[in-house]
Amino acid sequence: MKKLTTAIALAISTNSAIAETNKSFNPDISIILDGRYANFQNNPEDYELPGFQLGGESGLGEDGFSLGHSELVFSGNIDDKFYGVLTAALHSHDGETHIELEEAYFETLGLGAGLNVKAGRFFSAMGYLNDQHEHSWDFADAPLIYQGLFANHLSNDGVQVSWIAPTDLFIQTGAEVSHDDAYTLFANFGGDIGDSHSWQIGISHWSSNIDARTSAAHDHGAEVVHTPSFSGDSQINAIDIVWKWAPNGNYKDRNFKLQFEYFDRQEDGTFEILGSDPLKTVAYDGSQSGWYLQSVYQFMPQWRVGLRYDRLDSDNKASNETFLSNVGLDNEGITPQRYSMMLDWSYTEYSRVRLQYNRDESYEQADDQIFLQYTMSLGSHGAHTF
Amino acid sequence: MVRIHFKETIMNKKWYILILIITFSQPAAAKLNVFACEPEWAALAKELGGNKLRIYSATTGLQDPHHIQARPSLLAKARRADLLVCTGAELEIGWLPILLRRTGNRKIQVGQLGHFMASDYVKMLDIPTVVDRSLGDIHAAGNPHIQTDPSNIANVALVLAQRLIQIDPRRANYYQRRYQNFSKRWQQAMQRWKKQAAILKGTSIVVHHKSWVYMENWLGLQEVATLEPKPGLPPSSWHLAQVLRTLKQNPAKMVIHSAYQNSRPAKWLARRANIPAVALPSTVGGNKAAKDLFSLFDNIINQLKAAIK
Repeated sequence: MKKLTTAIALAISTNSAIAETNKSFNPDISIILDGRYANFQNNPEDYELPGFQLGGESGLGEDGFSLGHSELVFSGNIDDKFYGVLTAALHSHDGETHIELEEAYFETLGLGAGLNVKAGRFFSAMGYLNDQHEHSWDFADAPLIYQGLFANHLSNDGVQVSWIAPTDLFIQTGAEVSHDDAYTLFANFGGDIGDSHSWQIGISHWSSNIDARTSAAHDHGAEVVHTPSFSGDSQINAIDIVWKWAPNGNYKDRNFKLQFEYFDRQEDGTFEILGSDPLKTVAYDGSQSGWYLQSVYQFMPQWRVGLRYDRLDSDNKASNETFLSNVGLDNEGITPQRYSMMLDWSYTEYSRVRLQYNRDESYEQADDQIFLQYTMSLGSHGAHTF
Repeated sequence: MVRIHFKETIMNKKWYILILIITFSQPAAAKLNVFACEPEWAALAKELGGNKLRIYSATTGLQDPHHIQARPSLLAKARRADLLVCTGAELEIGWLPILLRRTGNRKIQVGQLGHFMASDYVKMLDIPTVVDRSLGDIHAAGNPHIQTDPSNIANVALVLAQRLIQIDPRRANYYQRRYQNFSKRWQQAMQRWKKQAAILKGTSIVVHHKSWVYMENWLGLQEVATLEPKPGLPPSSWHLAQVLRTLKQNPAKMVIHSAYQNSRPAKWLARRANIPAVALPSTVGGNKAAKDLFSLFDNIINQLKAAIK
């Protein structure tokens, strides 16, 4: 017995010596390199989503070769109570390099009672895909509804509190408050069915009293471009469902993922046309919704295929009819939809090359789009959420 | 009215006190929740804690522990865990950090009593001198597949029993007794296995993944080649052809793969090299025979011996 203890003590001391040399106080660093070749039939500059306003990074991006988001992620334990992350994205646009602070937050570690508090800038827990970074998406582009409502991501500068119930069924509820008078409520449920199946269902609600939200002006060939600015009440309800399967729950060789999200946004307020003289205001009552269904199948190690279908719908009303079409909020009798197919090859989990084809019927002129994308990860091994 | 109300309050207070007593005396009687990352640690916890523990294993013997999803059910289980028993050495790096960060469970955080990493208590093998991704999926702390040597299980059992006593001191005698009982049976079994496996010493083997180094070290087996060109990469036909060439010069007695690994590459090589392919359980539940830690090693030795006949 004594001998055993000494032997173990010896083993412990050897291992901790190794641990010391490997562990330093530097944060974990990872770098994501992302680039693509894109081919569009239509001019990507003409892209629009009738009934939705495009802003920020939504849109098709550039034709030909271009860099996507090069991400720099720093993360680590701050001390035994807090964990911190900073994610910066570098991207080029019109020959200029922009740096964007995607996320910069801290969160509590083991606060107790299933509670977790996060503060800073972070992707909202609204929906399923929203709090995942672009490099972990299963397709080269965001679902149409994410482009139409969030310009790809709903980001918060604020605080999130979440709680996991002490039950066998996964039940999580949470709330977020952010600087622009917005709040989010969310709940997630999930579990396993046997060894091979896992599921998760999420519902979320976002609400804000928006003060002057501007989006890219919709240019219909007019000489002077006026920027519409929305102020008023905005509410989003969403539901997301994810189901994953792997034979015996062994994901290494084969696995399947089915994912569905639906968003509905109701808005009530007024638009001001910035730059107009005299200042034009229009009463606005917006109703926009959209969903996508996608599945990804890893049929052998390193290889996956995916299918996705996107659909949007809108019924917006304004006190001035021509205003809607001027700012792109008139659906022009179109329900935008898109069919996507992808094939990707990951030599290891750190390197991936993807080929994707979209049949895009977002606006009156259908487009055939092809992407060849690479995503390379260097540095520390990040853990991935479900 | 006031009087009656006052009386009610006193009555309520009594109830409250009673409820308080019941709630706070509950943990002493309640079972300890153990979250085991792999089935071998769930089985070991069961040996040491018997029916005083409520044990959940995050993985089964048919799953590759490198590739586990941080799925909702694991979050729910880790949320209530009093003790986390995992291998460590980065084996669970793709999913365990999420569970630790998201569950808001203080007991299982790094540095707490409820955070138990088995690889901290065994002598690690295959510690790389250079850590670079071009070398494949290697682990800086060494090869994490420590459970294939029963003496590692013995080392971990001692520290785990001590840990159970620290967390749940009221049952110290119980854990102590069970540890002594287990330890005695385990030492006897180890002697038996050593005797049974003596004939295996020096046997050359090919393995699918470098997950058997501790077993090789224990039984004195010689690893001639791996089916994976680099740790974590699936076997390619080019590499398999190379392995076949190696075997012409340096023949092996068998090809070993885990139950959770694709058996096709091993079978392909076995046919060409005219040697048996052996599907070994790498942990409890890795096949039907491996019901607990004892039958796991019984089955491993039986299968290895059958393969060299």
